[in-house]
Amino acid sequence: MPELSINLGVEIRNAELETHHFKVRLSLAFGFAALLSALLLARFAYLQVVRHEDLQTLAEANRISVVPVAPNRGIITDRNGVVLAHNYSAYTLEIQPREIEDIDGLIDRVSTLVEIGPRDRRRFKRLMEESKRVGSLPIRTRLSDEEIARFAAHHYRFPEVEINARLFRQYPQGELLSHVVGYISRINQRELDRLEANDDAANYRGTDYIGKTGLEQRYERLLHGSTGIEEVEVDSGGRAVRTLSHTPPVSGHNLVLNIDAGLQEVAYNAIGGRRGAVVAIDPTTGGVLAFVSKPGFDPNLFVDGIDPLNWNELNNSPDRPLLNRALSGTYPPGSTFKPFMALAALSLGRRTPEQAIQDPGFFSFGGRVYHDDKVGGHGVVDLYKSIVESCDTYYYVLANDLGIDAISRFMGSIGFGSRTGIDLAGEALGVLPSREWKQRRFKEKWYPGETISIGIGQGFNSYTPLQLASAIATLANDGVMYRPHVVDYVEDSRTTTRRPIEPKPVRTLDLDPRHIALIKQALIGVNQEGTGSRAFANAGYVSAGKTGTAQVIALKEGEKYVESKMKERFRDHALFVAYAPADRPRIALAVVVENAGFGSRHAAPVARKVLDYYLLGRAPAKTPLRVRKNDSDASGG
Amino acid sequence: MRPAVRQLTGYLTRHVDGLLLGLVLALMVAGLLILFSASNGNIARVSAQLANMVIALGIMWVFANIPPHFLVRFAFPVYLVGVLLLIAVALAGEVAHGARRWLDLGITRIQPSELMKIAVPLAMAWYFNRHEAGLRLWNYAVAVVMLLLPVALIARQPDLGTALLITASGFFVLFLAGLPWRIIGGSAIASLVAAPFAWSLLHDYQRQRILTLINPTQDPLGTGYHSIQSTIAVGSGGLLGKGWMSGTQTHLDFIPERTTDFVFAVFAEEFGLIGNIVLLLLLLLVVSRGLLIAAAAPSSFARLLAGAITLTFFTYVFVNMGMVSGILPVVGVPLPLISYGGTALVSICLGFGILMSIATHKKLIPT
Repeated sequence: MPELSINLGVEIRNAELETHHFKVRLSLAFGFAALLSALLLARFAYLQVVRHEDLQTLAEANRISVVPVAPNRGIITDRNGVVLAHNYSAYTLEIQPREIEDIDGLIDRVSTLVEIGPRDRRRFKRLMEESKRVGSLPIRTRLSDEEIARFAAHHYRFPEVEINARLFRQYPQGELLSHVVGYISRINQRELDRLEANDDAANYRGTDYIGKTGLEQRYERLLHGSTGIEEVEVDSGGRAVRTLSHTPPVSGHNLVLNIDAGLQEVAYNAIGGRRGAVVAIDPTTGGVLAFVSKPGFDPNLFVDGIDPLNWNELNNSPDRPLLNRALSGTYPPGSTFKPFMALAALSLGRRTPEQAIQDPGFFSFGGRVYHDDKVGGHGVVDLYKSIVESCDTYYYVLANDLGIDAISRFMGSIGFGSRTGIDLAGEALGVLPSREWKQRRFKEKWYPGETISIGIGQGFNSYTPLQLASAIATLANDGVMYRPHVVDYVEDSRTTTRRPIEPKPVRTLDLDPRHIALIKQALIGVNQEGTGSRAFANAGYVSAGKTGTAQVIALKEGEKYVESKMKERFRDHALFVAYAPADRPRIALAVVVENAGFGSRHAAPVARKVLDYYLLGRAPAKTPLRVRKNDSDASGG
Repeated sequence: MRPAVRQLTGYLTRHVDGLLLGLVLALMVAGLLILFSASNGNIARVSAQLANMVIALGIMWVFANIPPHFLVRFAFPVYLVGVLLLIAVALAGEVAHGARRWLDLGITRIQPSELMKIAVPLAMAWYFNRHEAGLRLWNYAVAVVMLLLPVALIARQPDLGTALLITASGFFVLFLAGLPWRIIGGSAIASLVAAPFAWSLLHDYQRQRILTLINPTQDPLGTGYHSIQSTIAVGSGGLLGKGWMSGTQTHLDFIPERTTDFVFAVFAEEFGLIGNIVLLLLLLLVVSRGLLIAAAAPSSFARLLAGAITLTFFTYVFVNMGMVSGILPVVGVPLPLISYGGTALVSICLGFGILMSIATHKKLIPT
């Protein structure tokens, strides 16, 4: 069968050909597979060699979470160790509001376990509006043990609510030092932006609070400390697996003040039910011994966010408790200005001590009559008598003789109208009247008649109690002016090394010591035989002082000031500046009691109490000393 | 006794390809090691996989002992049953994770698409074997229909990964059966043209996967998460790896599906580039051995089947590693012999059993 054999041959050849074709294709497939494998290897090499480092970084970033550990804020104490600001640990109930839709419903349910008052709710609402930071916000602070136990048993129902132990700032002295110590409160968006701009944001990760006013604000950098870092390994769900490294936080520095809390309380109470300010300075260092602005407020209200009710009460009160009168309140100095006027006259050679005037009880200038307080006048008045009896006419004439330019220049050199540079923020400039000032302020030229009332500390004159205190302290210190400072030294909480705030002589006034001695002699006379003599009777030390009574409203010409006829808010402010002991002054002070009337009757007694306490350790009898109690608390805890 | 033992071992090993078995066992050991790490030392899971492996090896042995001519007879019936089951799934299948893949038979649930992974190349090899005397163009057309029918059914479930793998295995049969180059070139051009049309047929999640591949960072916590985290795992492994049980991406739960589809990310993180090279070499040795078996196969059927099985195995490897290392989209393809899971293991080992059968039966069966 040839046909068959041919077919067979074709078939065999076909089969061989087919196998060959198959093997070619198989080789091609293998080649392709090898190519793809090479591609894979190239990809591995790229990822594991070329990009290894940044992918390794990403893997580390995945697993390592950096948790900030907030430092303890520095403690503030007075010169005797009385605690003015400290921290305590307490449990708070916190809610993460961002994850919840029905906040009110949640709070209602939680409030069946833990008491949540309307005040807490209002405060929480306010925090929610203000806080831009993601995180939990406190709804209730200072939980009792019982409340903690009750909530813990039901915690599973409230995954968005947690109990945290937190450090809280407390101000044991309450309103007494509210204007000095200030307060901390939650960081707001503006402060956050500022922290970021200053590259401080990293150090505030984990910190919720920042100093808002007073020393808490001014010494924020020192008080805050350095945030610690805990590196925690986390899984993809964000759960901490273990701690990798721990850099402990460094507590903030402690502040020890020049302020004597006892003295502060004496001064605060001495003002009584009125509004006012007392600034007491150690003239030899500039250390601020007392810094009172009354009424104060309870700074503790602000720490967790003040609730709107309290805020409105403080903000809308006619007594303006939030105003720091000693630092930012400005008052006409009244007759406390006279010793400085007299000093100007001596220094500029426009008066001799013996040169006297015949005081008819008024001074006429430019068709206007300027009255003296004393009807009929003081008779023959020389420099000594002008201060001791506070003769207005003497200073009307003097002011007119000196002229506004000379007055302005001299008063400027004693620090009137410029900031003292105290370590508190928000210091007011006051008004030192001058031609330039008036031009700037009113776009008007200076009228010579306006100079007359400048001489008795009225007119445009307006200074802070701090400026007055600084001026009298400078005088007490024979013309060497120190920058007032509240903080005595900063203590490193770790090493306990003390870094004193060095007393800084701002300048030494170019004054003749004999002129200073003359003024000082007159100021001693004030308290011995003059307007301050009644307040300083039987003092047991020699003091120097000057009364002042500052008009709140200008009287019409010929109108007589009758205290009883004036509305309380329009009554005169009572002022007093003083220092003691007269020979080696240890304390100088300025007292302003708003709308109290005569300085001799209402401000000088305040000064007397302060000086008595400071020099003799004599506390006014009737006021129980809260300071003492806290003193023992502090040493006990 | 000794002759009896020798007889028994002889019987047991007669149809076993020693080299292939050795490679498979080596890969399985590697799989168990990395599973132990990936599962955070979960002994239960490792034991379960070990049991899967024993079963798979048993099936491999069984199929190694089935002569190819016997398989030929069952090729088309198995294929038919598979297609019917797929139709049944389409009509009455169970829905899980948004896909209709399972069929509840009362006693057990089965996934017919898994069966088709072997049934399709088997049936196509059978078809070409039948018509090997004179292949005409329309024979290829019929084979393509045989391929596309189940692929279409599976793609509709939807199960893109399996559909692609079956398409690949079918294409390998066509290619090895001598599909003319002009057709290959023509369909390549045609598929490029049809790509926009195909895009419109894809499900949203499938499109998303492809878009994610192009730019994984556009949705780092959503669809891009798998890709980004596995790429980080691979890259952070570096040259030598972080060491067994020490991969941070693995043990802190950043790698998704880390015992199954993404197990290679764990391997790459802990054993580094060196480990990857060794693993890839082992897998390529398997491929080489399979292709050699195919080259030496006695019949057209055996050649095509062996070639398709081997190349499909490689496709698994490439798609999985490409997906983990971020050069291919995320498709549900396990790394053969390494990923946890019994079904894939069984179907892979079944294929190796067929390879062994082809390798060891050639002298016994005259064509």
